[in-house]
Amino acid sequence: MNQSPSKSLLSIEGMTKHELEEILELTDTFDEIGRRPIPKVPALRGRTVATLFFEDSTRTRLSFETAARRLSADTMSFSAGSSSLSKGESIRDTVEVIEAYGADLLVVRHPAAGTAQRIDNWTNASVINAGDGCHEHPTQALLDAYTLRKHKGSLEGLRIAIVGDILHSRVARSDVLAFSMLGAEVVLVAPPTLLPPSIEGWPVEISYNLDEILPTIDVCYLLRVQNERINEGLIPSVREYVTDYGLNVKRASTLPKDALICHPGPTNRGIEIEAAVAADPRSVILDQVANGVSIRMAILFLLLGSGRNLMEDADVEVNQ
Amino acid sequence: MIEKERGQAPPFGGVFVAHARVLDSEDIQRAIQRMAHEIVERNHGLENVVLIGLQTGGVVVAEMLAEALKEINGSHPPLGTLDVALHRDDIGMRPVMPEAVTDISVDLDGATIVIADDVLYTGRTIRAALDALCDFGRPKEIQLAVMVDRGHRELPIRPDYVGKNLPTRKDEVVDVSSEGVDLGRIEK
Amino acid sequence: MTLVIRGGTVVDQNGEQEADVKISEDGSILEIDKNLKGDQELDASGCVVTAGFVDLHSHLREPGQEDAETIQTGSRGGALGGYTALVAMPNTTPTMDCLAVIDQVRGLGQESICEVIPTAAMTVDRKGEQMAPMGELVDAGVGIFTDDGNGLQDPRLMRRIMEYSTGLTHRLGRPIILAQHCEIEALSCGGYMHEGAWSSRLGIPGQPAEAEELMVSRDIALVRLTGAHMHFQHLSTAGSVEMVRKAKEEGLPVTAEATTHHFSLTDAACASYDPVFKVHPPLRTDEDVKAVKAGLADGTIDAIATDHAPHTDHSKEKSFSEAPPGMLGLQTAFSITLEESGLDIHQIFSLMSWRPAVIAGIADRHGMTVSPGSRANLCVIDLNETWTVSGKSMASLSSNTPYEGRRLRGYVRHTIQAGEAVVIDGEAQR
Repeated sequence: MNQSPSKSLLSIEGMTKHELEEILELTDTFDEIGRRPIPKVPALRGRTVATLFFEDSTRTRLSFETAARRLSADTMSFSAGSSSLSKGESIRDTVEVIEAYGADLLVVRHPAAGTAQRIDNWTNASVINAGDGCHEHPTQALLDAYTLRKHKGSLEGLRIAIVGDILHSRVARSDVLAFSMLGAEVVLVAPPTLLPPSIEGWPVEISYNLDEILPTIDVCYLLRVQNERINEGLIPSVREYVTDYGLNVKRASTLPKDALICHPGPTNRGIEIEAAVAADPRSVILDQVANGVSIRMAILFLLLGSGRNLMEDADVEVNQ
Repeated sequence: MIEKERGQAPPFGGVFVAHARVLDSEDIQRAIQRMAHEIVERNHGLENVVLIGLQTGGVVVAEMLAEALKEINGSHPPLGTLDVALHRDDIGMRPVMPEAVTDISVDLDGATIVIADDVLYTGRTIRAALDALCDFGRPKEIQLAVMVDRGHRELPIRPDYVGKNLPTRKDEVVDVSSEGVDLGRIEK
Repeated sequence: MTLVIRGGTVVDQNGEQEADVKISEDGSILEIDKNLKGDQELDASGCVVTAGFVDLHSHLREPGQEDAETIQTGSRGGALGGYTALVAMPNTTPTMDCLAVIDQVRGLGQESICEVIPTAAMTVDRKGEQMAPMGELVDAGVGIFTDDGNGLQDPRLMRRIMEYSTGLTHRLGRPIILAQHCEIEALSCGGYMHEGAWSSRLGIPGQPAEAEELMVSRDIALVRLTGAHMHFQHLSTAGSVEMVRKAKEEGLPVTAEATTHHFSLTDAACASYDPVFKVHPPLRTDEDVKAVKAGLADGTIDAIATDHAPHTDHSKEKSFSEAPPGMLGLQTAFSITLEESGLDIHQIFSLMSWRPAVIAGIADRHGMTVSPGSRANLCVIDLNETWTVSGKSMASLSSNTPYEGRRLRGYVRHTIQAGEAVVIDGEAQR
């Protein structure tokens, strides 16, 4: 992926292990800020963060807006239905209008892969990819890695199973890249129709047998399965999916005692996860949500506040 | 300390080269002892006093003061550390990165905070610290202890406890460690 | 007024010779010899002089999408690329499925600097449901029928159209050609690029090679059954090329074309997510590109076509999924072929001019030998001069070329259309 280094965060692909680790370490600072009585710092005062969501997602949008506000940035939000986009304005036109309103950074979610990349080419503002079709969702992978790091210390040597509709999952793609870069082993568990047509070059194992995999892993990462997949003829029925791939109480008991259960949310209780299992103490699903704000603060700060993209010959003045 | 800060934040970088040792380790210890006594005297004891060291240079000063206060008073006051990077007034104008996580685990409402830092120069770091601390609660009073006051203030900030007053030129750099205080410059 | 092309090397089916070409004012070649003189003279020193190219597959967008291209601007682009005839695809608005629209296109074509050969749709409005009035259209001179833009999905209707077309041969004087855009929509559905390692990595839904190959296989079987003549458009996969090879060995009446982008670009180009690389059939893998080149070299593929598909900047400034598929091709076709195909000039001229002229039924005036009596539809090309591709400076109203910024060899200096010099020194004259 070609993202201008330090200008935008478009994908995990193209990042280095060092860059990932730097973000994770920086997040500790923002995590602490979230625990203060007044969880706010003036770091991005005067900067404007615009969310541009062509696909509904209240949770992710709120997470980004909260992160921006905690850094004292101003926020603007545009969503597909309500804007002139539906009136035939092209994406590029919309981006130019938003830039004219003074946005320094665009958080973009779109149902088509590559949109954040294209927007990044068209604008001088920074761009964060909040999910582009089935391609990537880099901030999700970062918050997942941060959550695992918090609970396990490091991802080195962890065996992580990602279970569910991998084919349509941008979260899975970003997680595969981030987890393996940080030293984890990744197993994809799904029926053949829910796996990508080609995993050539992907650093993963494949299994169609969840029961065989569960006792061997440190982390069970569950993905949502949507009803549309039945209409597309990818699986016979939800019932069969739940029987073969759902994490029910019986299966949860075969999962090692110190394993973790993750989900990018929102969960479909009774489908990929039985309601009782969602409350299992090994579940870190709520931590993932909380960590999402901290991770996004770290990324917003890196892109807008850290000054990484300033010219090398900036005024060097010792500020003691 | 200073090298690390510079190393972290491009386009700094370069190495501190000392030209003169202004205080040696014994001088530092004497200064610490004196300041500790001043703190106890001014606050009529150590009730409600909280010591907060600024990352990264002030942390060792705070730790040394805490040790000295323990000798005088029997126990040392609660100790915290604060990274003020995110409250700086030059964010966006130059590279800025937090270096350590803030750790303040005591309630600051009604507390008498003594901020400890290594060098007081323009005063902007202290202004950022005051800003940050007010987000933690409403302290009764905030006081400032520094190992070295090198002048050239740009804001109306003054220290309550000073290890050494050291007039300097703007192009010079002051480095403080438990070994001593050096005057020199940064060489790339 | 006579026109003389001086100082070039004449290249045609009979070989090569250094000679001047003299053209009469009625548009036919008078003389081939050295040191000829005429009223108008064009310098061809250092160049080859050969029959103008014939594109079996151009979308000229008129009527209906004149913001993207018109017959006039498309022809200009063609002439600048060395083309003297363009076979116009029928997916216009309204569709070219009736006399009225065919006549309109022919009329507009008469004013332009390429000869425009209209095709007609196989089915009414290209809906794939009902046969178009083929007899009436054949009488009006249409020799190629295609639903291009889409393949004909219903095998039963395809069979009927094939059978019906064989009964029209005597009215046209030669077999009717049915041209197929091979794509089984039930398999390609929702696929915007080639399904494979790259589509999985990029997260773009893909269409498998089988979506094309199954229709190629089906139509070969139906040709065997009915005896109709099928021309396979834009072959893009190794499997398709191999099937056509076997069908020809069997002696079946099939012909095939491949586009320049299908032997010069692969699916890796989509990594930028720039929809300029979005096309149906999609850019495929290295193996497929190799197979297409081999098919061009051994005669399995009869013609190089462009599938010239102009789209406005506005329409391509969308996400990869939403943007319309298609790329420009007329002005870059010869240069790309020269640089990337691995073929020699004779093979190239055969694929770009001689064979397509026969397939289009216009060999009486295009793709002819450069000899006295032949119609003067010629181009003059400097094989060594280079030029840089720039979408904005092309004759097309659109600029969606996948070769933007590339420096290419092979510069068309002059183009002669029916005896008229319509391109002189790289400039279209009208």
